[in-house]
Amino acid sequence: MGFVLIYRSTNVISFAQGSMLVLGVYVMTQVQAAVGFTGAVVIGLACTAAAAGLLHLLFLYPVRFAAPDVTATITIGANVALAAAMTQKIGANVLSLNAPWGSDTVTLGGARIAVSRLCALGVAAVIILAVAAANRYTMAGLVSRAVAEDQETASLMGARIPRVALTAWLLGGAMAALAGLFITAYPNVGLAGNTSDIALLAFPAVVIGGLDSIGGAVIGGLVVGMVQTLVVDYQQQAHFLAGYDTAVPWLAMLVVLLIKPTGLFGKKPLYRI
Amino acid sequence: MININTQASAGTADPASAGPETEPQASRRLAWRVILWVVLAVVYLLAPFVLSAFWLQLLLLSGASAVAALGLRFLIGVSGQLSLAHAFFVGVGAYAYAKLGPSVPGGGTGSVGLPSAVAALGAIVFAGLAGLIFSPVAARLRGIYLGLASLSLVVIGTALLTNVSSLGGVYGIRASALTFGSFSFWDDDPATAVLGTPFGTMQRLWFLVMLVLLGVFVVMRRLERSRTGRALKSVRDAPALAASVGVHVQSYRSLAFVVSSLAAGIAGVLLALVYQNIVPDDFGLELSVLYLAMVVLGGTRSAVGAMLGALAVTGLPLVLTQYASDLPFVAQPGQVGGLDPGTVSQYVFGLLLIAVLLARFGRLPVLLSRVRPARRVAARG
Repeated sequence: MGFVLIYRSTNVISFAQGSMLVLGVYVMTQVQAAVGFTGAVVIGLACTAAAAGLLHLLFLYPVRFAAPDVTATITIGANVALAAAMTQKIGANVLSLNAPWGSDTVTLGGARIAVSRLCALGVAAVIILAVAAANRYTMAGLVSRAVAEDQETASLMGARIPRVALTAWLLGGAMAALAGLFITAYPNVGLAGNTSDIALLAFPAVVIGGLDSIGGAVIGGLVVGMVQTLVVDYQQQAHFLAGYDTAVPWLAMLVVLLIKPTGLFGKKPLYRI
Repeated sequence: MININTQASAGTADPASAGPETEPQASRRLAWRVILWVVLAVVYLLAPFVLSAFWLQLLLLSGASAVAALGLRFLIGVSGQLSLAHAFFVGVGAYAYAKLGPSVPGGGTGSVGLPSAVAALGAIVFAGLAGLIFSPVAARLRGIYLGLASLSLVVIGTALLTNVSSLGGVYGIRASALTFGSFSFWDDDPATAVLGTPFGTMQRLWFLVMLVLLGVFVVMRRLERSRTGRALKSVRDAPALAASVGVHVQSYRSLAFVVSSLAAGIAGVLLALVYQNIVPDDFGLELSVLYLAMVVLGGTRSAVGAMLGALAVTGLPLVLTQYASDLPFVAQPGQVGGLDPGTVSQYVFGLLLIAVLLARFGRLPVLLSRVRPARRVAARG
């Protein structure tokens, strides 16, 4: 979701989301003792959003006329530096949060599900609905859709592109931190300092859905989740599948792209050759 | 997307194309070119006997990376396709060389046992084939979608390399020496010594790597300026127009992809020779991202730039790690607290990458770029 937001509004592919995610979790664990869980989450989200906003203002806004590969490379540079900082701060420790739901599980229709997973689902649903609603019913949403559609025309109509871009980065940063929060939660043990690559796992979901579509990202996420779970389950019967569960979403993405080059719900190009 | 025309007007500042050249100008250019080549030749012949092992190693790695970067530059700069799969093709080249070549004592996993020179050629062909298999995808997808689709190759490739046991798993496999007749490129003990320096593995590899780099550079340059290259550029700048004048857009896109994966295969063989032992982590996502950084840093419109970018991206972290302990605020080995050299080198590297790109493309004084691409306005669908 964060990727999509940023890409839609600014045409920048952010490779820095991974280290943003780690940054968010790091801040949360640092302040949790002082301000409690809720406060820590709020501060973590705010700090990460601020970091993403700063990254945008300092490094990406000045090159807003450059090609996408240039901006992508700048986010790579930022990611290298930030990831180094995080690795150094965290070292060999594993970050873990004492979330209020702890390691509880509930039994739903015969399946044991961790409460944290349910929370993640709920929060994801709320955010998706909120973003979709904001897009549909508010002025800011309208402007951001217009900018995604055509920056020049939107600008001529009075859309303030810098503001839209900054908003997208702030929200994208906050979402990275939120994703980090749920990755850290039970049943995972926590977040190690060097796992900033994990955010890349979001790519197949987003691309399968189509980069321009927020609803598509959700459906893509579901597809990826299902495929991955199936592969993990069938590993017991078919041993040749073992170890490939990270690769499978990408394979699914390739297949989808071959059939529909802009994803399932992506914007179609004006012409095709 | 305001200010559409500010850069377009500065687009034709290339001195070579600024009108017909007069006789003395042409001969002066020729003289400079001869001097340049002579200097390069002298450096080529002397460098391995003058440089220390650290710098030689650095230049070897940079040279191998430069071959790969040239390939990626061709793809991004000439045909306008973004690929993050380059590390995958480099990996295919390296692994294919190790698997096809003569078996190595202690290699453990067995290999086909072809003569090493044949294995090297086979590995390059193999990488090209891998590119050919992926090229239908490459021909259909545009821009960022291609970038992300190619990323999947890297992820799938890393999964294969770590899980297929005959490829050695996480511990990788050993490559074999490249030999021509009785001459081996890995040989440290012969009595041959030049200028008091032994003519060992690194010196031998230096001559090989730099010669191959030159060859790839020349081929790429000829290809770019040929009919094919012009067709590719038209595909890059205006695919609809290219199609309307009879350029088969999809097959040219596929061709560019195959060419770039061939170069990646060559680079893979060279890297296998330099590393001697290759592991899956060498060819992961990080390397792909670094190749992109090399090409963008050097400027996608310049082949020389790609090679300099390769030197900067490969060499800088090594130099920084080597000399970081001389910087202030850096912890000495064994000291608790403070910054360790590895971290510092990553900071400096990341920030330099940003700084150079900001300087080039941002609203700051222009440092390097003479020719900036004109803004694309209407081409987006």
